[in-house]
Amino acid sequence: MSDSTELLRMYEQMAVIRRTEKAAYDLFLAGMVKGTTHLASGHEAVAVGASAALRPDDYVFATYRGHHHAMARGASPEACLAELMQKSTGLCKAKGGSMHLTHAAGNMLGSYAIVGAHLPMAVGAAWSARLRGTEQVAVAFFGDGATNIGAFHEALNLAAVWRLPVIFVCENNLYMEYTPIAAVTAADHPAADRAPAYRMSAQIVDGNDVIAVREVVASAAQRARAGEGPTVIEAETYRHYGHSRTDPATYRPAEEVERWLKHDPIDVARARLEALGVTPDTIKDTDERASAEVAAAVAAAKAAPAADIAEAFTDVWADGGAAWRV
Amino acid sequence: MAGVKTDSGTITYREAVAEGIAREMRRDPTVICLGEDIGPAGGVFKTTAGLFEEFGPQRIWDTPISEQAIVGAAMGAAMTGIRPVAEIMFSDFLACCWDYLANEIPKVRYMTGGQVTVPLVIRTANGGGLGFGAQHSQAVENWALAIPGLKIVAPSTPADVIGLMASAIRSDDPVVFFEHKGLFASKGPRPPEGHHVELGRAAVVREGTDVTLLALASTVHTALAAADRLAEDGISAEVVDLRCLIPMDLTTVLASVAKTSRLVTVEENPYQAGWGATVVSVVVDEGFHLLDAPVRRVASANVPLPFADALENEVMPTADKVVAAVRSVANF
Repeated sequence: MSDSTELLRMYEQMAVIRRTEKAAYDLFLAGMVKGTTHLASGHEAVAVGASAALRPDDYVFATYRGHHHAMARGASPEACLAELMQKSTGLCKAKGGSMHLTHAAGNMLGSYAIVGAHLPMAVGAAWSARLRGTEQVAVAFFGDGATNIGAFHEALNLAAVWRLPVIFVCENNLYMEYTPIAAVTAADHPAADRAPAYRMSAQIVDGNDVIAVREVVASAAQRARAGEGPTVIEAETYRHYGHSRTDPATYRPAEEVERWLKHDPIDVARARLEALGVTPDTIKDTDERASAEVAAAVAAAKAAPAADIAEAFTDVWADGGAAWRV
Repeated sequence: MAGVKTDSGTITYREAVAEGIAREMRRDPTVICLGEDIGPAGGVFKTTAGLFEEFGPQRIWDTPISEQAIVGAAMGAAMTGIRPVAEIMFSDFLACCWDYLANEIPKVRYMTGGQVTVPLVIRTANGGGLGFGAQHSQAVENWALAIPGLKIVAPSTPADVIGLMASAIRSDDPVVFFEHKGLFASKGPRPPEGHHVELGRAAVVREGTDVTLLALASTVHTALAAADRLAEDGISAEVVDLRCLIPMDLTTVLASVAKTSRLVTVEENPYQAGWGATVVSVVVDEGFHLLDAPVRRVASANVPLPFADALENEVMPTADKVVAAVRSVANF
C-alpha cells in the first residue's frame, strides 16, 4: 500500500471518529444519550496511528474516554452510538455505556472507568502473550491523570522487571479532569519522565500527527516483539470538548485552546495528504463518505430497538446467567 | 522427585493447597501461578511448597509487593487464554487491590455484554485466632460477598481444599478462594486423583434433628466441637458446612432447617454485614414456616481483631458461644 493510500485510510478513520463524536454530542443535547460521555475529539490520531502500527491480534485496553479506540479497532460507529443510546444493538448490549465500549472481536478488551486500573491488565495480557509464545503485544492507553495513581507505577515496574511486550501510551491532554496535570505532578512529562526510573525507554510524540504516532508505536511494538521489553509513549494532544458532558472547560485559557485547535489532528493529516499529492477532490470525497457513514449509523442506531430487559440478568457468569444461589 | 509431596494417606490443609494446585497444573498447561514469595520460598505459609521445583519459573512467578499488579495482571492474563492462580498473602491485603475485586473482575463480563471471560482464582490466607493483630487476622469473606460477580470458596478440610481448588481453577468465572490460616496444620484423608467438589454444594458434616449449625471454614470445627458438647445435654445438632458463599447452597440449608426447625449460624466474619445475615434473610423469607425459634447468629464482635489471645478469643466465635446460642433457642 502506498503512503498516500494508507494515510488516506487513516484520515478517513479519523474523520469517521470525529463525526461520530460530534453525533454523540448532538444526541446528548437532544436527550437521546443519557448518563455521561467523555468525547475523544482531538485525540483521534493517537488511536488511529497506534492501531495502524499494530497487528489485528494485538491487545488494546482503553479508558472511559475510549470511543476512538473501540472504533480504531473495528467497532462500528453504529454499534458505538447504539450503545450510548441504550439500544439492544449496542456494542455491549447496552450494559456498558459510553465509558465501557469494548470490541473483543478486535482484541480491544475494554474501556475502564477507574483511572489506571487497566494498566496492570495490559501487563497481564502481555505476560499471557509471552507465556503462549504468540509475539502479540498489549497496549494500554491512558490519560495524564493516570500517571499519579499507584496502579501506573505497579504496572510499569512489573512490565519492566518481567520485560513484557507492553506499550504504555499516555494521551497527555494537559488536564486530568479540570486541574492542569502540571499543577499536581512532580514531573514535566508525567508519563515519559517516570519511565527511566523503571529502566524503560520513553518517547514523547506529537499525538496530533497520525504518522508520528504510527511510527513511534511501530518502533515500540517491534522492540516488544523482539523481547526487548516495554515502552512508554507520551502522546501530546488536546481534547476539543471538556472532560465530560457537564464540563464546558472554561478553565482552559482561550489562547491555549486556539493554539491546539489550529493543530487539529485531522488538519495535520490533511496537510500531509496534500503534500503527498492527494487532490482536494479526493479528500472531499473521503469527508463526504465519512459523513454519510456516520449519518447512516445515527439513523440505524435511532431506529434500533431499545435495550432488551432480559439482558439485565445475563452475562454475570460464564454460563450466561446470573444465578447466585442454589 | 522434588516437587509436591504425594506419598501418604493423610495430608495437611497446608499441603492440600499445593497439592490441589499441582493436580490442576499437571492437567492443564495454561494454569499459571503468581504472587509474593510463592516461588523458591514456597509461600509464607508454605502453601505453595514444591510447586516451583516441579513446574519451574515459567509457571510459578514471584511478584513484587504490588497487589494491584498481581491481581490486575492475573485479570489481563485470564482474559487472554491463561488460567491464573494469584495469591494475595493475607486476605487483609485484598484491600490493597480491592478495585479489581469490586470494580474490574466481577463486572467486565457483564458490562461488555459477555464479550470477555475471566477464569481466574485469587487465593488468600484468611482468618484469625493466631495472634497476628488487626491487620493480619480478619475473616473478610463477607467483603467478597458484597460484590455480585465473584464466586467465593472457603474450605474446611484438606479434601475440600483439593476438591474445591479443582473446581475453582476449572471454573470460567472468577473465584476468590479463602484458605483459613488456623486450619493449615490440620490433617485429613488425602483424596484420590480426580477428586473435585462442585462449587455451590454445601455438605451436611454431622447429622442431627434439633438445631442446624451452619458454618464455614474454621467455624465448621467450632460448630462440630459445640455439637459434641450439646450431645452430652441431649441436643442433637446438625452441622452444615456451607463451603461456598457464592453460589450459596440455600437448598441444603432450607432442607436442614426443615428437619431441625432451628438455625444458628457460626461465622468468623464480623456480625455486621456477615454472611449469615444473607442466609438468615432468605431462611426467614422462604422458610419462616419451618422455624420453631428465633434464629441466632454467632459471629465475631464488631470490633477490630485485638492482639492478645484472651482478647481475640473474647471477640471471635467459640464453641462456648455456639453452645450458649443453641441453648437459648433449644427450648424456645
